[in-house]
Amino acid sequence: MSRYLLDKFLYDVDRDPELTEAYRADPAALVERWERERMRVLTGVPGDDTTWTRLTDEERGALVAHDYVAIQELGGHPFLTLTLFIALFERDHAEPLGFQREYARRLAHWSLPYPDIAT
Amino acid sequence: MAQLVAVLATTHHPFYYRTSTLPPGERPDFADAWVRKVEAYRETLTRMRPDVLVMVGSDHFHQLWLDNMPQFLVGKAPFYDANFHNEEREFGLPRMLLRGHEQLSAHMLREGLDKGFDLAFSNELRVDHSITCPIVTLRPQNDLPIVPLYTNIFAPPLPQPKRFVQLGRAVREIVDSWPSGLRVAVIGSGHLSLELGGPRQFGPHGPDPVFDRKAVGWIASGDIEGALSEVSLDSLWEPGNATHGFMDFLLMMGVAGGTEAAHADSLDLFHTMEAYFTWYPNGADA
Repeated sequence: MSRYLLDKFLYDVDRDPELTEAYRADPAALVERWERERMRVLTGVPGDDTTWTRLTDEERGALVAHDYVAIQELGGHPFLTLTLFIALFERDHAEPLGFQREYARRLAHWSLPYPDIAT
Repeated sequence: MAQLVAVLATTHHPFYYRTSTLPPGERPDFADAWVRKVEAYRETLTRMRPDVLVMVGSDHFHQLWLDNMPQFLVGKAPFYDANFHNEEREFGLPRMLLRGHEQLSAHMLREGLDKGFDLAFSNELRVDHSITCPIVTLRPQNDLPIVPLYTNIFAPPLPQPKRFVQLGRAVREIVDSWPSGLRVAVIGSGHLSLELGGPRQFGPHGPDPVFDRKAVGWIASGDIEGALSEVSLDSLWEPGNATHGFMDFLLMMGVAGGTEAAHADSLDLFHTMEAYFTWYPNGADA
C-alpha cells in the first residue's frame, strides 16, 4: 500500500492547472509523465530526489481510469480526491453541485468505518 | 499586559464570499439570512476594538504536506499571502495579503514551548481559507495584523481532542501574559459535522444534525467536560468524515475558559451547519 504516494499524485496534480488539464485530457499519459518526472521530487533539488517510491498496478489503474471510488477505497485522502475531481468534472454538469451529488451517490454503498486514510 | 478582549469560534464556509458578493438578483434564497447573521456576528468583534488577531485554523494540504507535517504550527512572518490556486478555482476566493505581528508570534512560540507544546513555526506561510474565511466574515477590511496558529485536524495521526483544549487554555495564558498594551482577539474556525469525499456529502443539511445540535450546546454553554466525554478521535468519524475539524472548536472552548458564550448563533445550510460564538473574557465593556 502506498497511500502516501496516491495522495502525492492527487496533491501535485490538483495544485498545478497545467497538470490538472493534462490529467483530464489524457489520464494514461499524465500518470506516466507524473511517475517519470514528478513522483520522486522531494526538495526540488534533482540530486536529492527520492529513490524508492512506486505506485502499485492497482493504484496506477485507478488513477488512469479516473476512478475516484477506487482511489478512495485504496485509501486516497477524501479531501484531495474530491477537490481534484471537482476540478476535473464539475464543469460537465449543468446543475450546481451536480457532480458533487453524483460523487456521493457513487459512494452510497459505503458504511462506517470508511477506508483507512492514515499514511 | 495585553488584554484578551474577544474570543470567537466560527465555522468557515468557503462559499460565503461568493454568495455574499453576488448581485442581489442572483443570490440563492438563503443568502440574505446568512449575510444578516454574519453581519450581526461581525459586530461582536468590531465593538471590542481589537488591535491584533490570533487566527486559529487548519491548512487543507495547501502548504503543509505529508512529507513534513506539523501537529501545531505558529506563523512568524511580517506578512502572509493568502488563498491558493484551488481555492480561487473552486470557491472563487480572492488572493489576499495579511499583515503579521511578529512580536506576538515570538511570544506565542517561546511561551508555548516553555509550557510543554513543541510548536512548529513558519517564517514564510501562505494561509488558506480556514483563516481567510473568518477574515472575510469578521474583518473584511483586513486591516489588523495576525498571528496564525495552525492545527492538524486532517492528516492522521492527529493529536487527541483534550490536547486541543489544553492548547487553547495555554493560548489564553500566553495572551494574558504578553507584555503589551494591545487589545487581542483570538478567532478560530472549524467545523461541526462535515462529510467531504463520502456518501453523505452535499446533502440538504449537515451529515449529522443530532451531533450538530449537541455540539452547539457544548460550545454555547462552554461545556468542555461534556464535549470531551463524548468525543474521541474514533467517534469523530461517525458524524461525518471531516468532523475532526470540530477539534478547533474544542481549542477555542479552551481559550474561552469553559464559560457560556455571550453570542451564539447558527444557521442550517445545505451540506453543513454554520455556527458562530463569541465570548468576552474581560467583560463586554472591556
